[in-house]
Amino acid sequence: MNVKIKSRLVVFVLSVLVWCALVDVSHIQEVIVGIIVAIFVSLFAGRFLIQEKGVKNIPKRFIKAIVYLFKFIWEMIKANFHVAYIVIHPLCPINPGIVKVRTDLKKDFSLTLLANSITLTPGTLTVDINDEKSELYIHCITVPSTSVDENSKAIVGKFEGLLKEVFE
Amino acid sequence: MSEIREYIGIILIVIGLGFDFLGVLGLVRLPDVYNRLQAATKCVTFGSAGILLGVFVLQGLNSFGFKALLGIVFIFLTSPVAAHAISQAAHRARIPLSKKTVIDQYEEDKELKEGNNVSS
Repeated sequence: MNVKIKSRLVVFVLSVLVWCALVDVSHIQEVIVGIIVAIFVSLFAGRFLIQEKGVKNIPKRFIKAIVYLFKFIWEMIKANFHVAYIVIHPLCPINPGIVKVRTDLKKDFSLTLLANSITLTPGTLTVDINDEKSELYIHCITVPSTSVDENSKAIVGKFEGLLKEVFE
Repeated sequence: MSEIREYIGIILIVIGLGFDFLGVLGLVRLPDVYNRLQAATKCVTFGSAGILLGVFVLQGLNSFGFKALLGIVFIFLTSPVAAHAISQAAHRARIPLSKKTVIDQYEEDKELKEGNNVSS
């Protein structure tokens, strides 16, 4: 099956399911409106979700994705206490700066997820991506070191391995 | 049983409000736009997610609760993107970093690029 058509179908089914979760399903007109909206959504934006075919090891990737989700939530709780500590501390102990890190990830989707995860985890905020060289510029609330390799290990290393196994 | 659910929901909402408060405090206390964004994205995302989760627990599995759950998903997806866009725009507009800043490799690379363009 064509990849674009498959992607549109997946988007269609997902949007109908989300719509049915949001509205009262016992009224038939609500469901009909949902299907019409889902058709338009999948026509206009459906081709962006799946962009390649022949993905292998789907169950393994799925398990890794769940592991990634839990790790991400844990890191995020840590991040919140970290920022809370800095904010409450009378001197605001910060040592900020923008550092450059390298990553091995190549695909748009995994780079986006990596950047979002970095933004939501302790003391870091993605400022820019240089996707030709796979470099991220990250604002740190406390800079770990000035060398690119050490920073890459400290900031990206936590998620990179898992994301690579899930998406690449 | 429903009483326990009510307590859990209210506790979650209180925790969320607490983190929202800390995020706002960070917005006031931290020195420059980038550090403020750090506080704003992390604490406010987590706090709002806590409030929405509390609403979900209070409401249960009906269409109202699902709306709260979807709200969590969309906050998690959009808030980092917004922070990224704001910080990049701030850097392009040459808003200075605070005086405590120790390193800015982004600026260094940018100058390197512009220097190459001028020489070639």
